[in-house]
Amino acid sequence: MTLHGRWEVGGGSRRGAAWSVLFTGATGLATALILAMLAVILVNVAWHGWPALSWRFVTAGTEADMFEVGKAGVFPMIFGTTARVILMTLFVIPVGVTTAIYLHEYAHTTSVLTRVIRTAVANLAGVPSIVFGLFGLGFFIHFLGDRLDLVLHPDNPKPIWGKPALLWASLTLAVMTLPVVIVATEEALRGLSPGLREASLALGATKLQTIWQIVLPNALPGILTGGILAVSRAAGEVAPLLFTGAAYYMAELPRSLTDQFMDLGYHVFVLSTQSPNLEQTRPILYGTVLVLLLLTFALNATAILVRARMRRRQRAAG
Amino acid sequence: MMDLSITTRDLNLWYAKFQALRQVSVEIKHGLITSLIGPSGCGKTTLLRCFNRVNERYGYVTTTGEIRILGKNIYDPDVSLVELRKSVGMVFQRPNPLPLSVYENVVFGLRIHGERHELERARLDEAVEKALSEVGLWDDLKDRLDTKASTLQLEQQQKLCIARLLPLKPEVILLDEPCSALDVDGTRAIEELLFSLKGRYTMLIVTHNMAQARRASDECLYMLLGEIVEHRRTEDLFLHPQDPRTAEYIEGRYG
Repeated sequence: MTLHGRWEVGGGSRRGAAWSVLFTGATGLATALILAMLAVILVNVAWHGWPALSWRFVTAGTEADMFEVGKAGVFPMIFGTTARVILMTLFVIPVGVTTAIYLHEYAHTTSVLTRVIRTAVANLAGVPSIVFGLFGLGFFIHFLGDRLDLVLHPDNPKPIWGKPALLWASLTLAVMTLPVVIVATEEALRGLSPGLREASLALGATKLQTIWQIVLPNALPGILTGGILAVSRAAGEVAPLLFTGAAYYMAELPRSLTDQFMDLGYHVFVLSTQSPNLEQTRPILYGTVLVLLLLTFALNATAILVRARMRRRQRAAG
Repeated sequence: MMDLSITTRDLNLWYAKFQALRQVSVEIKHGLITSLIGPSGCGKTTLLRCFNRVNERYGYVTTTGEIRILGKNIYDPDVSLVELRKSVGMVFQRPNPLPLSVYENVVFGLRIHGERHELERARLDEAVEKALSEVGLWDDLKDRLDTKASTLQLEQQQKLCIARLLPLKPEVILLDEPCSALDVDGTRAIEELLFSLKGRYTMLIVTHNMAQARRASDECLYMLLGEIVEHRRTEDLFLHPQDPRTAEYIEGRYG
């Protein structure tokens, strides 16, 4: 066969070309399928949920009979979900970032301890969320909460800390989203050029100064990406809240961290399983789901905006 | 006899099991430019990085022997790395300005070391002007002190990396192939800058470029396999090498 002959489209490569077309088609189809599913969900929810949305619906509380159109409002749930997500962020970012700093800046990569921690982080990411709920109940409420009650309020027969609460639900979510933040932060730290750290160290900066003044500010956008992922994951979670803080019904908004709260995701579950008349409740259900989706998007958008601002500022000032 | 800036005695260094420096005993004279040459892997960069102990960042490095800088053994347990690195500055292969403004790059050292009273704006301004003037950047950059250092040209970045050492009044400046990322003009500019700093600072420059060592240094150290083969005035080393290995290297028979 001449060299020229090799470049001609022969039988073998014609079959290759066919496969190539088929494969391209398959990948396109898969993408289209995902887009279609997303579109069906969004359109369906928006279509049915939109009529239920009203100023009253998102700003009013609900009465004990929450299944009746006209009496239902979701403000307490919006409040509860927002509060637990923000609280969770406050817990998970410092702990996750500190862990990542330890792993990447201090620990020896080859040490047994480091490997154990990394494996633990990876496995933590794979634990089903209901298990986190049970963990929260066992560890935060019964182990920590009961002891806090014993120490702080020995004479009070009613538990204050040792019961489901906004605080415990947020902490449980923080534990659940910890791996996301750790991995994202480590990725951000790894992405910085090693010359950066050496430049600072060679000028006589201590490791702490280097991390605090040079490494962290530059890793901030990456850290925020971790925060965004954590928020996305946590905002729609229900299972971890079942035992740790979400209430079926509360007449008032939570006033302290030890109060329970109503939650949008949990409320969707309540509406769809506890209603005596599902047909009648359906508009409220759709409305609540739409609000949940919008809130999740809004929380994400906020985090993304913060990150974009920070990047801009870094580019301008740095 | 001239003052000595750095003296090492029986310096040995291992990366885990691999011995990178063998019985290095050398005397570096104050105020001169001394170049370190030798084939890749001969230990010249390792030796350079011993002088500010930046090697120790990696846990698997073992060092024995003695390095005296300003009469003090820098491997003594009571030595403060912070103080050491104030007096022994370093310039890297790739210009690595900190991701801050030009101004903040120059005063970074002062900020992390300085007492509060030393950090008045006027003092910092003065330090910036002085340091940038010394490296010949002041006229170009005086109106752009707030721009991000990484937006400068590479040559300016490398000069800035030298400038940011100066406010700390270093005794020694270590340069690890400082021109390898620069073009011909940039290289010439840096060499001229080093020449102008001569006398005030002791400079050690690692280079792959033999012509550069010849042009730009007063003394030259030839290293091979972790050992110092020859250390003499640059001119003598290139014209009358004593050791046959040096002669072969500078003739380009290996490397």
